[in-house]
Amino acid sequence: MTDLDPRDRGGPAQPLLTVDGLVKHFAGKGGLFGKGPAVRAVDGVDFTVMKGETLGVVGESGCGKSTTARLLMQIAQQDKGDIVFDGELLGSRALDLKAYRRQVQMVFQDSYASLNPRLTVEESVAFGPKAHGLSSAAALARAHDLLRRVGLEPRRFGGRYPHEVSGGQRQRVNIARALALEPRLLILDEAVSALDKSVEAQVLNLLTDLKQEFGLTYIFISHDLNVVRFMSDRVMVMYLGRIAEIGPADAILGSPRHPYTAALLASQPSTDPNARLEEAPLTGDPPNPINPPPGCRFHTRCHFAAEVCQTREPGLDPVAPAHFAACHRAVAGSGHPDAPPVPLAA
Amino acid sequence: MTIQTSLATGDPVAAVAAPEIPVQASRGYWGSVLRRLVRDPVAMAAACVILAIVLAAIFAPLIAPMDPFKGSMVRRLRHVGDATYWLGSDELGRDMLTRLLYAGRLSLFMGVLPVVIAFFVGSSLGVLAGYAGGWINTVIMRVVDVFFAFPSVLLAIALSGALGAGILNSIVSLTVVFVPQITRVAESVTVQIRNRDYVEAARVSGANPFTVVRVQVLGNVLGPVFVYATSLISVSMILASGLSFLGLGVKPPEPEWGLMLNTLRTAIYVNPVVAALPGVMIFITSISFNLLSDGLRSAMEVRQ
Repeated sequence: MTDLDPRDRGGPAQPLLTVDGLVKHFAGKGGLFGKGPAVRAVDGVDFTVMKGETLGVVGESGCGKSTTARLLMQIAQQDKGDIVFDGELLGSRALDLKAYRRQVQMVFQDSYASLNPRLTVEESVAFGPKAHGLSSAAALARAHDLLRRVGLEPRRFGGRYPHEVSGGQRQRVNIARALALEPRLLILDEAVSALDKSVEAQVLNLLTDLKQEFGLTYIFISHDLNVVRFMSDRVMVMYLGRIAEIGPADAILGSPRHPYTAALLASQPSTDPNARLEEAPLTGDPPNPINPPPGCRFHTRCHFAAEVCQTREPGLDPVAPAHFAACHRAVAGSGHPDAPPVPLAA
Repeated sequence: MTIQTSLATGDPVAAVAAPEIPVQASRGYWGSVLRRLVRDPVAMAAACVILAIVLAAIFAPLIAPMDPFKGSMVRRLRHVGDATYWLGSDELGRDMLTRLLYAGRLSLFMGVLPVVIAFFVGSSLGVLAGYAGGWINTVIMRVVDVFFAFPSVLLAIALSGALGAGILNSIVSLTVVFVPQITRVAESVTVQIRNRDYVEAARVSGANPFTVVRVQVLGNVLGPVFVYATSLISVSMILASGLSFLGLGVKPPEPEWGLMLNTLRTAIYVNPVVAALPGVMIFITSISFNLLSDGLRSAMEVRQ
């Protein structure tokens, strides 16, 4: 997957994307003149995305998933933090914004809102290549190729307007549009969430095929754990602007180490009537991101919260190979009564 | 996964039959707007009235029965239905029908031209303010707010008074009255459009801002602004007539509906019907423009 791409710099071992200390606070509204307290939408997030993998991002509404995506797309500007793409710092001389955007593209959730109602499908797909200097004819030819590739016959669909095609077809158009600049990283922000189940499955299969064919890397944002399980190599769980847990998909979804991840998994309705839950795994709303609780951000809703959780914020510590969790309970020597014993060698 | 390949092109039957289906050219957005507009009887009636008035004004020298400037002191203020003067005669004995036809030229000109100029200036300013945001938006919109502090009639009169009477000056002052209104509408629509996903997608494609505005924003902004501007034509006509009525616009003996209304007001007790005729023309024309813009607005409502 990573071979033969002339744009590849550091080889397969170098992460495609490294995010370091990403922070985005939105200035709140308040008072007559002054700005109110800031909403800490993304509050210090570090992760890497390896070449050719799919990183699933899950979390409840307002946890900072979409803000992270918008920061990665540079639709919004981060307050702090660096984005390193294939070894080059974004904003450095080696990687300016335009070069970065050619390699990172995004598919939005709302398939209708993300297509211009006044442009035909093929015009929307051809817009990007044309903006990057391709002639109209060449851009249109590329649009036709891509439409065909995502399963839309260009002769039938190319000249149609967004309202003249179905939701699933629109999302295919959006995928074609995102691929038109030949990106290496595709951010899928709830890209299939608005589709019905059968169409969703088709689009997911299409995404899997495209990934193979074009050697793509995905950041797959979703609130649907089943879909994330199907798509992802690794999973990142976010809570209140921070990473709660990150690691291999099997480990996160099979043996979660953070109680929030466990609660998310338990919140999925079971198909087995005997396994039905009598009690909600998690109650209450997430705390206000304007004023996150001190210590562990999850301690207000956590069944296992101990004293240490209220005072000290847990770091993202290794709990298993390649598996990191921000929970005192999972880390030896944290002071949590349930924490594993400190190994003698340490 | 195997199902996917056959389902990918839509339903398999249609996909097989596709080569035989003629490639149907999709009607553009404006095509469908026009089709819906043509089916709206009220809008079509208004359009016919406007067309008739415009044609009558253009061809006034050919169809007018008399000379618009030649009066007769003995045949003043004839009533409507007179054998020679079909719509009566004015206070100087000039044929009303002739003068009403000729007056349409100036009245329409002064009603439409300020709005057309203000449409271009106002939408440019509004799109700039809405898309650029930040301090550019603040500067433009606060200046616009200052203009909004004055009632439009008062502003037009004050500007015309300051610039001096004359057709050109009234057009300038009316344009100044309408630019802030159109700017505000264009700005608010642009701000809405700017935050749509497709504009953001276009921005992240790395296109420069001018291309994004031209391709993705303008087409969606100009429609609603255009509808708003057509509704301003009637206001502009009334204001222009008002300026002429006050002696700030067209000068006598030039025929213009507002001015005619003014000069005939002395005769309102002698011959009220004839004195009201220019007002009737203003009323019919402006209500037709309003009905047409109403029809245009409903025809442009995007349905999914």
